[in-house]
Amino acid sequence: MSTNRYPKTQIKPFQFLQAIGRVILSFLMTAGRLSLFTLEGTSHCLRGPWYFRIIYRQMIEIGFYSLPVVGLTAVFAGMVLALQSYTGFARFSAEGAIANVVVLSITRELGPVLAGLMVAGRIGAAMAAEIGTMRVTEQIDALTTLSTNPMKYLVAPRLIAGVTMLPILVFIADIIGVFGGYLVAVYKLDFNASNYIRNTLEFLEVSDVVSGLVKASVFGFLVTLMGCYHGYNSRGGAQGVGRATTNAVVSASILILCFDYILTEAFFAK
Amino acid sequence: MTAQISIQDVHKNFGSKHVLAGITLEIKKGDSVVIIGGSGTGKSVTLKCVLGLLTPEQGKIEIDGNNILRMTASQREKINDHIGVMFQGAALFDSMPVWENVAFGLLAKNKLSREAARTLALDKLALVGLGEKICDLSPTDLSFGMQKRVGLARAIASDPSIVFFDEPTTGLDPIMADVINDLILAVNDKIGATAITITHDMQSARKIGNTIAMLHQGKISWTGPVSDVDNSGSKVLDQFINGRTEGPIKMALRA
Ligand SMILES: Nc1ncnc2c1ncn2[C@@H]1O[C@H](COP(=O)(O)OP(=O)(O)OP(=O)(O)O)[C@@H](O)[C@H]1O
Ligand SMILES: [Mg+2]
Repeated sequence: MSTNRYPKTQIKPFQFLQAIGRVILSFLMTAGRLSLFTLEGTSHCLRGPWYFRIIYRQMIEIGFYSLPVVGLTAVFAGMVLALQSYTGFARFSAEGAIANVVVLSITRELGPVLAGLMVAGRIGAAMAAEIGTMRVTEQIDALTTLSTNPMKYLVAPRLIAGVTMLPILVFIADIIGVFGGYLVAVYKLDFNASNYIRNTLEFLEVSDVVSGLVKASVFGFLVTLMGCYHGYNSRGGAQGVGRATTNAVVSASILILCFDYILTEAFFAK
Repeated sequence: MTAQISIQDVHKNFGSKHVLAGITLEIKKGDSVVIIGGSGTGKSVTLKCVLGLLTPEQGKIEIDGNNILRMTASQREKINDHIGVMFQGAALFDSMPVWENVAFGLLAKNKLSREAARTLALDKLALVGLGEKICDLSPTDLSFGMQKRVGLARAIASDPSIVFFDEPTTGLDPIMADVINDLILAVNDKIGATAITITHDMQSARKIGNTIAMLHQGKISWTGPVSDVDNSGSKVLDQFINGRTEGPIKMALRA
């Protein structure tokens, strides 16, 4: 019996087609698995009983402990925005529009996207690592044998917390970001404080803020979903958990930017 | 008496690796079955198939006459209610203290208040030789042998009628191993639970088992009462219990 484990590389006629087929198949399989996971996770969010203790703990983790990171990001984003738009707008004497530019960019775009990306790095990674470790140390199996559905116990509370807490987080980030713009405008660029505030509020519409919060909610879902999905399906020890963590952050970040465009188009396309 | 657990011609592959190649085993109610076999022969995989954690490619598994492979998740949950499992790697939840681990099944079903659950957890921990000192620690602060004992306490906490022990005595000192053997016997004798134990430890197998089943090359190669193991006439079993290198079990055939 002489099976050659490392055959010489040779081009077989159907190898190329085989490779293409394999890629397509594995893509379809992943897409199918992710869809099923999403459906099952969402259905557990909507159907009781709920584990309120865990939902609460996740909400604190996402909403409260992410505040410093998200707040810092927002304040600097607002400051940079004011400075940049000043240098740009000064060229055609439209400095008065800075307040508007800052508040609209923050509420509609930067608030949700930056908060989403920060939370993806913080929460998505942590969820993938925690659930992934539970998978490879058989804790998820143990849950099942203790008559506890892991989708209901692990995944649903995280999805609920993500969907509800990100809008709150982004609302706070909006305020902090606008405040950052105000700081730069008033203390560095010598704008009149009350004028700046009036300009900020004058053209702001409820729909600007609400659209940002809806985006935040969707991003919260995407981040927690990716964290849970990659963690839940991780295999292969510490290395597998590491891979799951990376995949969770990368895929959540890409999905956030992708859905940002889709949602913007849906909200504002005339 | 009809079998409480019946495993019929179960096959399980991982990719191209055939781990189970037609396992058949009947386990009677109240029996204490010990499954032995070389490392990596699929003992834990068999257990996971019975628990519904892995789905076999082929075969039938019945618990109390119900085919568990055809059940919905919620039907399985009901069956799992009266099954206790001690995992080979303990598999404790590191996000909660030791006592909550032990009481998890009871707390999850809201059967008990937290105080009552804690008291009960302390009782069960005492059975495995663990005191109140460790009950508020995280499982990660315990040695592996202690973790396994917590796992055992968790497995028997809700008085199950079927208990699975995956290598309960590995990693324990001889005296503690014997305490655990006695505990498994007590669960089997006094409470009348069906006990299925996986072990490499022949001394403990002889002590706790009524029936021995030997797993070899993906099949049950011998099964019979514990009194027959020494004159079973099976070369595989002879080699295994005497720990010889020569015989039908070849190193090269493993894994
Ligand atoms: N999830 C998995 N993916 C791929 N292969 C697996 C998986 N789980 C188990 N196996 C393989 O199945 C075989 C049997 O594993 P199993 O854990 O059942 O062994 P075991 O009999 O319990 O051994 P031990 O006595 O060392 O615990 C091993 O060769 C293992 O590599
Ligand atoms: Mg094993």
